[in-house]
Order: sequence, then structure tokens, then C-alpha cells
Amino acid sequence: MYFSARNLTGGYGGVNIIEECSFEVNQGEIVSILGPNGAGKSTAMKAMLGILNLKEGEVILDGKDITKLKTQERIKAGISFVPQTNNIFTELTVKENLEMGAFLNDGNILARIEEMYDLFPIMNQKKDQLAGELSGGQRQQVALARALMTNPKVLMLDEPTAGVSPVVMDEIFEHILNIKKQNIAVLMVEQNARQALAISDRGYILVTGRNAYAGAGDYLLNDNEIRKSFLGG
Amino acid sequence: MDFLNAIALLTNYIIVPALTYGSQLALGAIGVTLIYGVLRFANFAYGDLMAFATMVVILTTWYLQSLGITLGFLPTALLALPIGIIATIILSLFFDKTVFKYYRDKKSEPVILIVVSIGVMFILNAIVRIIIGPGDVIFMDGARFIIKAGEFKKMSGLNEGIALKSTQVITFITTIITCSILFYFLNKTKTGKSMRAYSNNEDLALLSGIDPTKIIIYTWVIVSILATIAGTLYCLDKSFKPLSYWNNLLPIFAATIVGGIGNPLGAFYGGFVIAFTEIGLTYAYKKFLVYILPEQLEPSSLVQYISTDYKFAISFAILVTVLIYRPNGIFKGKVI
Repeated sequence: MYFSARNLTGGYGGVNIIEECSFEVNQGEIVSILGPNGAGKSTAMKAMLGILNLKEGEVILDGKDITKLKTQERIKAGISFVPQTNNIFTELTVKENLEMGAFLNDGNILARIEEMYDLFPIMNQKKDQLAGELSGGQRQQVALARALMTNPKVLMLDEPTAGVSPVVMDEIFEHILNIKKQNIAVLMVEQNARQALAISDRGYILVTGRNAYAGAGDYLLNDNEIRKSFLGG
Repeated sequence: MDFLNAIALLTNYIIVPALTYGSQLALGAIGVTLIYGVLRFANFAYGDLMAFATMVVILTTWYLQSLGITLGFLPTALLALPIGIIATIILSLFFDKTVFKYYRDKKSEPVILIVVSIGVMFILNAIVRIIIGPGDVIFMDGARFIIKAGEFKKMSGLNEGIALKSTQVITFITTIITCSILFYFLNKTKTGKSMRAYSNNEDLALLSGIDPTKIIIYTWVIVSILATIAGTLYCLDKSFKPLSYWNNLLPIFAATIVGGIGNPLGAFYGGFVIAFTEIGLTYAYKKFLVYILPEQLEPSSLVQYISTDYKFAISFAILVTVLIYRPNGIFKGKVI
């Protein structure tokens, strides 16, 4: 597997929020982490990013152990992250958001910006507008594009469709499918479990901080017990 | 002719002084707003940072004058600016490393940092008074006037003269040049953009690989440059007294808040808003009205809204009003 996290255990203070969680994702794959509120989904993602200190477990990227690396070093190593909220620079223009995404790249970033305009055509029209003035769906596209500017190998998304309308949700999932085609490993935490599984290669369901179920997207969608418990019948 | 006299009167007593004073406030307010945007506290030591910077410039100027080096019709102080800037940068970075960094690493509340900055303010003020003394220092050289009131009257044939001091012109031009360079830096260069990004969304800036240590150093460097220029321009125009910079803190803070705290362009305009309001409200309009009104309507009083003794009350009133009704400042748009 290209990216894997094994036996992650950790939390804030003395209490463990996640216990022995494991996730894997390959390049060109979309993997969803699902589960009820408070299951530790976002915490697990923070642990993989190095924002949360782990008590146990290891994180492997392309065969290298990155467990000891700080968040900024993991980003240099090829992981990119889109937080759930505050995921754009609202006071900067769309183009400046992209430039900041590529802050660590010294070379010519204009070509990469053009690629982003191809991937998200709406941004070409709005490139000189302040990102904070865009609609919710457009902001989410800016957030994705900012994270993609580093040419990441692994893209982590924390609830990319939180608080957007069903139409916009479909649009965002469409973009995530396009990102997958660039041979990026996409790992996302989602609340809209059913729709997320529909575009995912595989999924993990967390319950009270532990791996409860794992499997291919359609397997999880079609399993009666899982559907009743987690996908609303 | 009366109308032209009235215009000349306003230009001489309101527009020219307000443009000068506004420039000084604008430079100061941009410094305060940058510190707030990046370091997230209102720096009360800023006035005394200006005083320290100006003191270094004055001492350097005296040294240069003693060597016989002058700038001709320009004040020698301009030549001393780089030394003042370097000294102020060193001092700012010293206080950041020894004082502010400790509270930043502890993630202290902004109000604690404000109190800390008041402590730094007292230390700086004491240093300045020990070194150069508490009294007035006048060290201006170069040409005093570009146009004298009398010459203007002769040239134009008007009753009212417009005097233009060289320091007023230097102040305004230097401010425009400094601000143009600063706004170019903030809006067009990678470093400037990363400062704005850091100020706007610290967490996302970290996720984008922006190094906060560097951003903080850049901020102190820029702020020190602005403090030195603003302080020197102020003392060239008025005179140098350690306490006058402390007194200017209120109008500078008012300008910062009017422009939207954290917004450099807003702070720039805010400086002029405060200056024009302060000077416009404390000017006695009697003579002006005598020129433009028909004789029977001429006022008997001075027509001065507020005595100049209360000029700080104007800044304070604007500050409070803006905070109540437009806490994000009167300008919409970018906040650094």
C-alpha cells in the first residue's frame, strides 16, 4: 500500500479518542472514513497528519516511516490536507490562494495554476476575486485546488461536503473523482456516508474510536446490517 | 477674489497641515495594524519605538553634522534614516526574542500581550529619556520653506498666503513612496502574500508550509522601518520630545481602528481621516466665513467647533464611535 496508518492510538489529555485504528490507501484510490458523530474520524485524520500526538501506532508513506515527522515535514513529504472549516484564505484572491498552496515549490508554479484552472474551470473566471466572496461550493473548489498545488501524493479531506446543498455535493464528488484520476491517493472523512461510498473504492467505518467495518464501497453499501446501523436504512 | 482667498485660507490652515499630520499618522497606523494582523495584539510600545528610532536618527544626524556632512537643502536626518532603521530593527527583534516570544509560545491571550507591550513601552520611554533627555530637541537643517506666505501673497495677489514648509512636502512625498513600496510588497511579492495569508488564516498558512518564525521577523523589520520613517518625519515637522510620540498613540490607534484593524490600506486612509477631522474641527472658521458669506451674515464668534486643547478627545470620540457602529472599520474589503 502506498500510504498506511497502523494501530493508531491517541487522544487529548489522558483519554484515548482513537484506539488501534488502521487505514490504508493506494495511489489512484478514494478511501472514505465513515462513522457516527464522535467516532473519532477527524481525530484519526489529525493523527495521520501529525497534528495529534500518538501514543502508539505508525504512519508509513511510500515505504518510509513518517510517524516522527512534524505536520509541515509531512506536507513536504507529499501529504496535503483540506480542513473542514477555514480551509481557504478569505482575504486573498483565488489566484493568491493557489500561489500560497504552492508556497514550498520554488520553481515555476504558473503551469500548475493553469492545470488547476483546467480542473476547476470556474476558478479561471474568478481568479482575481477574493476567495471569501465566493459561494460555498466554489470555496470548496478553491480549498481543493490550494491543497493540490503542492503536487501531493496523498490528499486528505475532512468532510469536503459539510454544509453544502445536494447539488453542490454531487459537484464536489465529481471533482474528487477527477483528482483520483491524477493518480493521487484520496483519503476522506465524510458524513454523507451513502454518497461518499458510492464514489469510494473502499471505506472504513469507525465506531467509538475503533475500526468496526472495512471493505469495498459497494460491499459496505449493500451489507444489510451496516446499512441499517450507519447509512439510515 | 474672496472665494480664492477663502480657498487659500483653508489650504494653508487645514489641507496642508492635515495632509502632513495624516501622513505621519498613516505610517504609524500601518505599523500598528501590521503588528496586530500578524502578532495579534495591539502594541502600546509602538509610540515609544518611534521615539527610540527618532532618537537614533537625531544622534546620527548630530554626528554627521559634526563631520560637516549635510544634504544641502534637504534635512540631514534623511541621510541618518538607514542607521535609525537598523538600530530599530535590532531593538524590535531583541524585544521580540526576550519578551513577546515567551508569551507567544505560551499562547497567551491578546490582553496579556497588550499589558506586556505597555511594560515594554515604559522601558523604551525610560531608555529614550535617559539617553537624550526629556525636553525639546530641535535639530532641523536644510531649507525651511519652499513657499513663504509673503511670497505667495506677492505672486498671487491674494490677501491670504499659503506657506509650504519643506518638511511638509518631504513628509507627504516620503509617505507616498514608502506606502507604495509597502503595498507593492504586500500584494505582489511571494513573501508579502505569505504575510497576508498568515494574518488571514494562521492554521492554513502552516498547512501550506509558511514558516511563522520568518513571517514574524519580516513583520518586525517592516514595522521598524515604518516607525523610523514616521518618527523622523514627525520630529522634522514639529520637534522632538520623547513624550509626544506617546501622545500620538491615541490618534494612531484611532486611525488603525477607523481603517479596520489588520487592514494596512485602511490604516493609510484612516490616518488622513483622523487628521482632517481633528484639524477641521479645531480650526476657527470665522475668517473663512467672512470671505464667502455676504456681510450681513458674518459670524461674530470664532466659529471653532472644539478648542485645540480637546483635539485628543476627537480621536477618542472617533475611536469609540467606530468601535460601536463599525467595529471592522469604515472600509470594506481586505483585512491583511
